[in-house]
Amino acid sequence: MVVIVDYGVGNLFSLKSSFKAIGVDAICSSDKEVIKSADKIILPGVGAFEDASYKLFSSGLAEVVINQAKKGVPLLGICLGMQLLFDKSYEYGEHKGLGLISGGIRPISDVLPKNLKIPHIGWNALSFTKKSKIFKYLNEGDCVYFVHSYYGANCLGSVSATTEYGATLTAAVENGNVYGCQFHPEKSGEVGLKILKAFCESEG
Amino acid sequence: MITKRIIPCLDVKNGRVVKGVNFEGLSDVSSPVELGKFYSDNGADELVFYDITASSDGRAIFTDILKEVASTIFIPLTVGGGINTLGDFDRVLKCGADKVSVNSGAIKNPNLIYEAAKRYGDQCVVLSADVKRVNGKFTVFAKGGRENTGMDALDWIKRGVDNGAGEIVLNSIDTDGVKGGFDIEMLSAVCDIVSVPVIASGGAGNIGHFVELFNTLPKVDAGLAASIFHFGEVSIKDLKQQLKLNGIPVRII
Repeated sequence: MVVIVDYGVGNLFSLKSSFKAIGVDAICSSDKEVIKSADKIILPGVGAFEDASYKLFSSGLAEVVINQAKKGVPLLGICLGMQLLFDKSYEYGEHKGLGLISGGIRPISDVLPKNLKIPHIGWNALSFTKKSKIFKYLNEGDCVYFVHSYYGANCLGSVSATTEYGATLTAAVENGNVYGCQFHPEKSGEVGLKILKAFCESEG
Repeated sequence: MITKRIIPCLDVKNGRVVKGVNFEGLSDVSSPVELGKFYSDNGADELVFYDITASSDGRAIFTDILKEVASTIFIPLTVGGGINTLGDFDRVLKCGADKVSVNSGAIKNPNLIYEAAKRYGDQCVVLSADVKRVNGKFTVFAKGGRENTGMDALDWIKRGVDNGAGEIVLNSIDTDGVKGGFDIEMLSAVCDIVSVPVIASGGAGNIGHFVELFNTLPKVDAGLAASIFHFGEVSIKDLKQQLKLNGIPVRII
């Protein structure tokens, strides 16, 4: 069973519907026991890193997610959920992440030419930097939907896909059974559904 | 490279798409769910659903329809029409909308954009402005373009962005419905003063108008249209192929 971690951040309606569309049972839960029983875990999230990180750690859900990931349960972080997998974020200060992906979250304004709009919003193409199980149904150049102002930095070893927006930005990361997408698979049409399907088929 | 977005807009009244459409293969041409799926399957990058219902019963039907659309189509959905309070934001976001477009509601209550952006993030708040030249000055109109507010459009849009609007839909009343092309002059003036994405609306009559738009104004992020897509005058697939041939980055599915 796929469990979408519900820690009070963001709207889970589309995510839940997209699993239904690929014929996979997914439930949203904030119950530690339910999350412990999951064979796949989704960490969603939109909004500010500090608030989300606080909610995950103070509720004790961070510990459960970290432990399950370390036991080998496939974990997919989406958007802010991907950023939370990192060691830390520099969004308005310095805040602790789950430490499952080495690196830090930094503003894209650090690397973008001045004339580009922030956030990076819209459909952009993926370029794969390693062979990833979750992209097995995709082709180089497939477009996915991004909305973000921060990106994963200093994570070169974990980057599985990048996208070009005035600079090369981290689009996806991977470390063993831990996966992260900066974009929204649940808003990326057929291509996004193929990513979720491949993730559901991964064995960790 | 970020692609230019093509966005069909559907007006929904009492749960049905008004100004019904004319496509083969659709069993119910005024079902928002079927039409939404049709556009999504044909390469639309985003959908805008505009609720033009006046009654509260109609509003409840609209939110049910929205839920159904959002569980069928996995591309970004923007909802507008009748958005006056944070409660309205909450109502449509819970049904699967990704962005909420405000227009007259923000004119009546200038704090709405700020409050909504603070609660849901800038990326969620779209300021839609209906603008018309009055004595040579770009002026904001309310209530679907019927009421002259007397406000300077560039000031209004700038203020909206400062308050947290993450995108601008600029609808030129002067070019709307004329099918003579987008209002390049008006769009250019707006692009010069804001740093958030600008969506062009009003005036598209053929594929060439979109090519002209993106070639002349590289700062414009998206083109929005309704009737030319609904009546099959322009197919999104053909449009995107032509944009690609003209060197404009688009998502081809």
